[in-house]
Amino acid sequence: MIGIDARGLLRLRVWTISFAAPRLDGTRERPSLPRMILRIRDLKKTYPGSDETRPVLDGVSLDIGPGETLALTGESGSGKSTLLHLTAGLDGFDEGEITVGGTALSGLDDAGRAALRRNQVALVFQQFNLIPSLSVAQNLAFQARLEGQEDPDWTSAIAERLGIHRLGGRYPEEISGGQAQRVAIGRALAVKPTLLLADEPTGNLDEENSRAVLDLMLDLVADVGSALLLATHSTAVAERLGQRAHLSRGRLT
Amino acid sequence: MSRAVLAAFRSHWRGHPGQLVTLLLGLALATALWSAVQAINAEARASYDAATALLEPEDRPTLAAKDGRAIPIETYVALRRAGWSVSAVLDGRARLGAARVTVMGVDMLTTPALPPDLTEYGEEIAPVDLFSPPGIVFVGPETADRIGADLEGPTLRVSEAVPEGVALMDIAVAARILETPGALSRLFVLPDQVLDRVELVAIAPDLEEVAGPLHNDADTGRLTDSFHLNLTAFGLLSFGVGLFIVNGTIGLAYEQRRPMLRTLRALGVPLRRLAGLLAVELTVLAIVAGLLGIGLGYLVAAFLLPDVAATLRGLYGAEVSGSLQLRPGWVAAGLGMTLVGTAVASVQSFWRLANLPVLSATAPRGWARAAARTARWQMMAGLGLVALGALAIALFDGLLAGFAFLGGLLMGSALLLPPILNGVLRFAERRAKGPMAEWVWADMRAQVPGLSLALMALLLAMAANIGVGTMVSSFRLTFTGWLDQRLASDLYISTEGADETAEVRRFLAPRVAGIVPIRSAETEIAGRPARIYGVVDDAIYRENWPLLAAEAGAWDRIVSGRAVLINEQLHRQNGIAVGAEVALAPGWVLPVVGVYSDYGNPHGQAIVGLEALLAVFPGIPDRQLGVRLAEGVDRAALEADLRAEVDLLPEAVVDQSDIKAVSLEVFDKTFLVTGAFNVLTLAVAGFAMFTALLTLWTMRLPQVAPVWALGQTRRDLARLDLVRSLSLAGLTFSVSVPLGLALAWALLAVVNVEAFGWRLPMFLFPLDWLRLGLLALLAGGLAAAIPARRLMHVAPARLLRVFADDR
Repeated sequence: MIGIDARGLLRLRVWTISFAAPRLDGTRERPSLPRMILRIRDLKKTYPGSDETRPVLDGVSLDIGPGETLALTGESGSGKSTLLHLTAGLDGFDEGEITVGGTALSGLDDAGRAALRRNQVALVFQQFNLIPSLSVAQNLAFQARLEGQEDPDWTSAIAERLGIHRLGGRYPEEISGGQAQRVAIGRALAVKPTLLLADEPTGNLDEENSRAVLDLMLDLVADVGSALLLATHSTAVAERLGQRAHLSRGRLT
Repeated sequence: MSRAVLAAFRSHWRGHPGQLVTLLLGLALATALWSAVQAINAEARASYDAATALLEPEDRPTLAAKDGRAIPIETYVALRRAGWSVSAVLDGRARLGAARVTVMGVDMLTTPALPPDLTEYGEEIAPVDLFSPPGIVFVGPETADRIGADLEGPTLRVSEAVPEGVALMDIAVAARILETPGALSRLFVLPDQVLDRVELVAIAPDLEEVAGPLHNDADTGRLTDSFHLNLTAFGLLSFGVGLFIVNGTIGLAYEQRRPMLRTLRALGVPLRRLAGLLAVELTVLAIVAGLLGIGLGYLVAAFLLPDVAATLRGLYGAEVSGSLQLRPGWVAAGLGMTLVGTAVASVQSFWRLANLPVLSATAPRGWARAAARTARWQMMAGLGLVALGALAIALFDGLLAGFAFLGGLLMGSALLLPPILNGVLRFAERRAKGPMAEWVWADMRAQVPGLSLALMALLLAMAANIGVGTMVSSFRLTFTGWLDQRLASDLYISTEGADETAEVRRFLAPRVAGIVPIRSAETEIAGRPARIYGVVDDAIYRENWPLLAAEAGAWDRIVSGRAVLINEQLHRQNGIAVGAEVALAPGWVLPVVGVYSDYGNPHGQAIVGLEALLAVFPGIPDRQLGVRLAEGVDRAALEADLRAEVDLLPEAVVDQSDIKAVSLEVFDKTFLVTGAFNVLTLAVAGFAMFTALLTLWTMRLPQVAPVWALGQTRRDLARLDLVRSLSLAGLTFSVSVPLGLALAWALLAVVNVEAFGWRLPMFLFPLDWLRLGLLALLAGGLAAAIPARRLMHVAPARLLRVFADDR
């Protein structure tokens, strides 16, 4: 069992208590943590050029509250990744609404959605998460530093727990796929997000590392009251999360 | 199998038409500039050869006077009577209408020098018309245009067979035009000779038989050679810049097709077959691009040739046709260079193909990593080339050593550019504050390998621009000042002879501040043709003549006939220094007391006291005067009064400002072609940057997609891409300034001295650099604009694919 060091935990608690909402537009303070961190209603998405009679997402609705975790399962092409991308504001949707931390995404422009990603959402993709030109240490702290939220002790605690603390000077092309994935997860956790979105985050990891990474993500969600939406093929991973939903042909079952 | 593999190759180009266009255009542009230079040189050489074939046939024995003077017509008659079958020639320079031409007078009935094509008037011209007044003069079409319609006297006939700048006529007509009745220049010895002819020495002991060119004007030949060498060097530079594009494009095309090549290898296509088919594909592309480039080169050459012809005529008196012909020589050379260039540019890609591990994972930044691995070697090679160039100039003299220095400096510096940029960017990255700043610098550093070839091309083009620009501007500044000094007289008057000169003197003496005679004689100094001017004691020389070095009291010794001044060409190319003694004619040796600058003159020149000159060359005509006007004199009124008094020819009085204007016009025309190539090379380099950025765009997505996903807008990322491109162009410009100045120094202090015999002071023109710097930024900005715009509008789905694609 990999534990988090006492100092890191202490800072984590302090941060939880003194949680101050980052600004979205630079003028308005975010209200205290809402009852629902993620609310999705009747979400529809069709990609241009695809078969319009079969949307990628077709009326998806779900809620995730603070400290809650949801595993999204489904076969390849069922729309799991698309749901995560839309939730992160990476792409626009056709119908419905996504609300993250009380902010409706339909009302945000490109800059607003980018700010949402910087402030409230952290993303972990299955692969190619890292910025190739920056070192592991720079990658790890990158998102947190974007908004001046970097906590070096917290970052190094996460790095140690993920077993990547000795890789700081290396570049993404110089580490293995599994190591790169752990760096990406560390970067997402370093920003202490309101909503953590993970697309097959353990797909590149062996069983032991997979368990450790999942432990860390679940600890964070539990400790800071974040929400976790995780897409996975793995039943074992899905079973570790509090809730499960299955996506089939664009619909939740 | 081959068909299937070729179909796979084609599918890549179908999917990436932009890359195909880039490759073809890069090769075509490189070929175009090279071909243009070759076409111009080929046209010039053809003109020189045609003129030589007519004027100085190498394979025809000729009789000429041993002392180089004219042959009396009596000698010719005596030779004919003694059984010698010879044909008389009288040549010289004269003004026909509005043009100055080489007069070639031959015995139309016997000469073997008549061009075989000169038969178009054969039936309509009676032989008697050829030599009876007014006579017939044959000229080329461009020369006819220059002579104009106002020619008095002989009838003008246009013939393509006569080289431009030459007027071919019967010897009787030539004698009238040259005003040398009874004198001949030389005699062609005809092939059919009687066996019992009398020995030459018995009839004409003053003549000798010479084979080959009689008037071997080595200096003019050397100057025109230098001019063409300069053009060739520029063409080669342009071609090199173009090859950078080709190398970059082939490298990127290979890199982007690497997964496909790997798959083909994994499916059982042998390496040899794959390489062979790639070579076939490249050859086809090179031929297509080469033909396109030759067409473009033809257009460029046709556009520039009239200016080149005017330059060669104005500066060196060498005649070149202003119309371009498609000659097989330069077409084949252009195509050959394209194929060789493509082969050279693709060596690296083929080497990578040969070492491609079939089962290795794809490396998204393999190209950049390979570049990083070779960085150290590149740096050593760059330093080595610069050192070799410096060694060449330190150990050897001559134009080739100068060009070796330039080549080593330029190529070495180009190789050193990526390591220099890498170092600067690494330093900036370390000093950066904030994650985005760190990323921008780091990403720029990661971009350098992909852009390095384009940046090298930009560096070479900008350095050439600064170097050549500094040379030309320094030369112009020096030349203008020199003209002001040298042309100190206000009016220059030419007369028909000594009597008219005396009349002019009498009229002007009470009305002007000073009159100096301009009298000179042709001679040979240190084995090269030279002209000696005789001067009188006048303040105009003491106060204005531009001396580079002189002993004390030089002018006193000159006017007293005890010493000589020589021009810079004699000083530098013949190593005659101040203090040395120089033979000006047989038995006439004087010490050198000074050296003066004499730009634009291919020959040696010297100045002595007029009396001393006339003592050795008593027959020098007194037909030119320099006149200094008193302040406030009405120049036009004075000229009108003079003309009322003396019956002068219309062109007899020339204003100093007219001569200056003409001189500067010739000067500017000389460098017009250089300027045009400068701009073209810069344009090619800008294009290289554009194509590299455009091709790299798809490879940029994995770099920017994670940053976008972490909360940056596409607009911000596009803006940063623009800033990055501008910064790289700006940094490259910063390196190009010292390199360009080194180039300028080499051109001014080494190449000019070797090629022309004069050394020029170097002036700095920071405003020109600023303009070039802004141009570089503009090129960088324009090159990055389209990729940045594409990034700004890229569909999120395309960026998201980065996180799913198996690259």
